[in-house]
Amino acid sequence: MSEALSNGSAPILAVDEVSVSLAGREVLRDVSFAIESGEFTGLIGSNGAGKTTLFRVILGLQAAHGTVLVGGAPRSRRNPLIGYVPQKFQLDPDVPLRARDLVALGLDAHRYGIATPSRARRARVEEMLEAVDARDFADARVGTLSGGEQQRVLIAHALIAAPKLLLLDEPLANLDLRSGHEVVALLARITSEQRIAVLISAHEMNPLLPVIDRIVYLAAGRAASGTTEEVVRTSVLSALYGHHVDVLQVHGRVLVVAGEAGELADTSDHSHTQTQVEIVS
Amino acid sequence: MSAQLAAIFDPGFFTSQIVQVAATVSALAAVVCGTVGVFTVIRGQSFAGEALGDISTTGGSGAFLVGVGPLWGFGVAAVAAAAVMELIGIQRPRGRDLATGIVLGAGLGLAALFLYLDSVYHNTTGATVSIVFGSMFTIASSAIPAVIAFSAIAVCLVAALGRPLLLSSISPELAAARGIPVRLVGVAYLLALAIAIALAAFTIGTILSTALLVGPAAIALRLTRSPARAIAAAAAIGIAATWLSILLAYDSYDWYHQSGKYWPVSFFVVTLIFLGYLMAGLPRRLRRRREIAPDPARG
Repeated sequence: MSEALSNGSAPILAVDEVSVSLAGREVLRDVSFAIESGEFTGLIGSNGAGKTTLFRVILGLQAAHGTVLVGGAPRSRRNPLIGYVPQKFQLDPDVPLRARDLVALGLDAHRYGIATPSRARRARVEEMLEAVDARDFADARVGTLSGGEQQRVLIAHALIAAPKLLLLDEPLANLDLRSGHEVVALLARITSEQRIAVLISAHEMNPLLPVIDRIVYLAAGRAASGTTEEVVRTSVLSALYGHHVDVLQVHGRVLVVAGEAGELADTSDHSHTQTQVEIVS
Repeated sequence: MSAQLAAIFDPGFFTSQIVQVAATVSALAAVVCGTVGVFTVIRGQSFAGEALGDISTTGGSGAFLVGVGPLWGFGVAAVAAAAVMELIGIQRPRGRDLATGIVLGAGLGLAALFLYLDSVYHNTTGATVSIVFGSMFTIASSAIPAVIAFSAIAVCLVAALGRPLLLSSISPELAAARGIPVRLVGVAYLLALAIAIALAAFTIGTILSTALLVGPAAIALRLTRSPARAIAAAAAIGIAATWLSILLAYDSYDWYHQSGKYWPVSFFVVTLIFLGYLMAGLPRRLRRRREIAPDPARG
């Protein structure tokens, strides 16, 4: 945290000593990290590591101890600086909502009443559809689109209000490899063009390694952050998990492998099975 | 030619006051149901709509008992039931079915009592039939101002909720992240739903009311791609179905060897909507079959 702050400009997102307990269970403990404008940061952790909870804290939807500053100001509900793409998004194919309707909702969905159509509005939507390569299916119902197409439309929905920080919750989780690559490349291009900071969560870091500047690694409710080289190391991740893990490089891919069962600090909790999951990745 | 037209449009049809009142009330109800119903279908609250309709039987029979217009009874019962559903937890995915089921049971219990008392004190069973299945040709013209007021409230409410309602119906997560008070919007929408149901119950009867709420909306969803068009189409389909039904029911006076009775308008409304729904699905099924059919060139 202190290193991120030291380079002068205020970070777009500063998370400091954030702790969250849900139903008596500590989900996040003293999580601290910061994101600068234009940075592409990966939030890595297995399922249940607290990634979605952390997003809800940043969005002001979840009570937490500690401080979160967005653009230097305390977090609030409806922060125009933040764009958000949720993990859970499912629409039936018969829902009458075209891709362009969903993108347009990104402009002003918080305003009550019906939108007044205007040429400027239509042009802005068109421009955004173009930016995410969604012109071809702009008039198709969102529910009929493929997972990758839906992600692009959701990204356009989040970006059309010109946020400074884009949060994406597991956008690659339900995509095939190729669509995943396309989405990552699209995000990298847009963020460098528009100088937007991106925080993208994933349980699998490898697809993100070519594009991310920094990594926030969540395990056992705690976080380690820094460059990939600083964080994804045997010593750092072992300390984070509270038991020994090995970080292996295989053909440029990184594998985090749990140690022997006997080496686990506490086999009764879920950390064992969670790290086992990561072996697969 | 004019003789054939006269066979369809009975000479007295357009000048008949019962027809004019029925056409006015049903058109207003259809517009409200189209507007509200599209969201009901998107939000997956059709069962809640059905339950509110059934429960409004309680209000209708209670109103008859104390001598108030049935529309007021339907409205009060539906709004009260919606409020209790909200308190029990209709906003939670699983709580939704539970809340609806519990309130439905309690409401219908009261309806059983009120309908019994109606038949005892007023010595008639006609009230039961007209509450449950509707009786469009017996609507008094004096009810029209109240129908207009109910309709205006419901449509204005949905229009005012507008974009936040649409986004929270599509994705509560996205809406919450934008600072939209998802639950509050849901409560306000439930109020509009209750009013729509009261109007539909007044038009085609309490237990048939969801047909007018959900049917035209479901047809519109099969035919249109954007929310605004779906609402316009649902309203138009609702008006077409009810007006055609009024015509058919009016003509039915002469069927069965001049029986001297009108067939229930509600029967035609529900049947036409059902047929419309089946027909709206046909193009898609045909298209799919063509795609699956083997390409003869490849053998």
